[in-house]
Amino acid sequence: MFLLPGIVLSTAVIVVPLLMTVGISFTRWQGIGRPEWIGLDNYSRLLADANFWASFRNIGLVIVAMAVVPTLLGLVLASALYDHVGRAYGDRTASALRSGLYLPQIVPVAVTGIIWAWILHPDYGALNSILADLHLEILARNWLGDPRYALYSVMAVLIWVQLGYPVVMFMAGLQRIDPELYEAADLDGASWWQRFTRIAVPLIRPEVYVVLVTTTIAGLKIFGQIFVLTRGGPGNATLVPSYFAYRNFFERAAVGYGSAISTVLTVIIVLLTYVFLRVQARDERLGGW
Amino acid sequence: MAIAPATARRHPDDPPAGRRVDPARRRGGPARHVVLFGLVVGVLLVLAPILVIAMNAVKSPADYASNGPTALPESLHLQGIVDFWNRVDFGRKLLNSLVVSGSVAILGVGLAVLSAYALGIGRVRGRVWFLVFFLVANLVPQEMLVYPLYYLAKSVGLYDSLLAVIIIFTVIQGAFGTYLLSSVFARFPRELLDAAEVDGAGRWRVLWQVVVPASRPTLAVLVAFFFVWTWNEFFLPLVFLVSNDNQTVPVALGVLQGQRIMDATTTSASALLGIVPAVVFFLLFQRTLTRGVMSGAVK
Repeated sequence: MFLLPGIVLSTAVIVVPLLMTVGISFTRWQGIGRPEWIGLDNYSRLLADANFWASFRNIGLVIVAMAVVPTLLGLVLASALYDHVGRAYGDRTASALRSGLYLPQIVPVAVTGIIWAWILHPDYGALNSILADLHLEILARNWLGDPRYALYSVMAVLIWVQLGYPVVMFMAGLQRIDPELYEAADLDGASWWQRFTRIAVPLIRPEVYVVLVTTTIAGLKIFGQIFVLTRGGPGNATLVPSYFAYRNFFERAAVGYGSAISTVLTVIIVLLTYVFLRVQARDERLGGW
Repeated sequence: MAIAPATARRHPDDPPAGRRVDPARRRGGPARHVVLFGLVVGVLLVLAPILVIAMNAVKSPADYASNGPTALPESLHLQGIVDFWNRVDFGRKLLNSLVVSGSVAILGVGLAVLSAYALGIGRVRGRVWFLVFFLVANLVPQEMLVYPLYYLAKSVGLYDSLLAVIIIFTVIQGAFGTYLLSSVFARFPRELLDAAEVDGAGRWRVLWQVVVPASRPTLAVLVAFFFVWTWNEFFLPLVFLVSNDNQTVPVALGVLQGQRIMDATTTSASALLGIVPAVVFFLLFQRTLTRGVMSGAVK
């Protein structure tokens, strides 16, 4: 009885639309009139579409910027903040620095876009004007407008956005570690690097998994940052699957094709989550953490 | 994009209370300051874009034109913010965002409590499959749902209405909440439930008078999260809320940004107006959230 509202609403808002999208992906449909059944045509067209491949290549780099780099940097930063700053200067200093790193996480996506589109603007942006002040005009670029640099600029923005999340998570995880372990390591004359690689990293493995899973999925789903920064351009230099689908839905009225893109993306996300959960479960069973 | 901040992972043990400065570490040469110095510089670099925005938001256009984006403002010029506020009717967007986020936070948690009560405490048959159902519901990318939802909303006259967005996010956030709360409720002390049953309380009374009051800290954390996540949602509101009067804050800012019709000081003013509510909520909720993590309430 208590399950009823949840099941009914989820069915109406999630299951039915999901199945509809899968169904539409086998049709040609402009959003009005009758969808025309074309079987797997949309999917075979996808495989031959350069934009599709570009969007998946780009999403790979987006994941590097949203999951891999922040996790690695976050491990070092969290450990430095907890193990060094926290011990030598007190927890308040460490948590003040942590809050500073976390601030970009609470800035709404649209605002992130406004801030960076302006900072990276070729004519009146702050970055190029700082470079000019330093007499480094030679380094000034059309950061978001040049297909050679646009994706890297977007990646830099994404690292800026994401970094605070792993730092907060890892610092919380480090608090779980028995301080005696560190003291014993200190007595044995372990260096910072040894304490980091032998104690900290293995013990917060669960946090590392959670961060990697959630940020990888967020990376696969990325839409807002791309919409406000580059709209996938220039050309398809920063095109990602979700924006590619959006464009087909609402700009080109190619609903069937957009549905096929979304379906592929959804399958990838579900598979990846499954693999992650399996690996994590096996790791925990083996007592790996 | 909803990434769970700190509480997505939780810890059974209370973290040690604030450590005091370790006197042994006080020794050592100036080298130990190098790390702190590096970290402070790094954090300042991270904060720099936001500081630059705040600085330029309070600059007059003339000041900006003559001194550029990186100079300190000559005087506090708030006209740009006021003008932007009036031009886009920012109060209205704030109200829309508050209505949507507030409703979703309350309704989403309510929905999650009901489902989780059945799954975590009621132990209905096939609960694992229900949990997988709610987990997958939360994983599906929104663009997988957007077109049918858009189509269905249009056909029932809910397109371009706050109600449609409220319903959709209540369900999406509720699915996540169900997944999370089910495991919290599964560990609910049986004695409390049994005692209530002995007193002759029905299932509704047990829910409202035993389970909900006892889980209040967890529910507060969920309300806070749902509120902030919904506040920052961009994709579905962008598709659904097309008219000016219905836009939420992120949509209004994102659309204006896309039109690229604003000068630099107005752009900064708009960004600052977008950041301020987010920071206010963060500060308001921070205690709730930390308490949630500390008590290990969110399991």
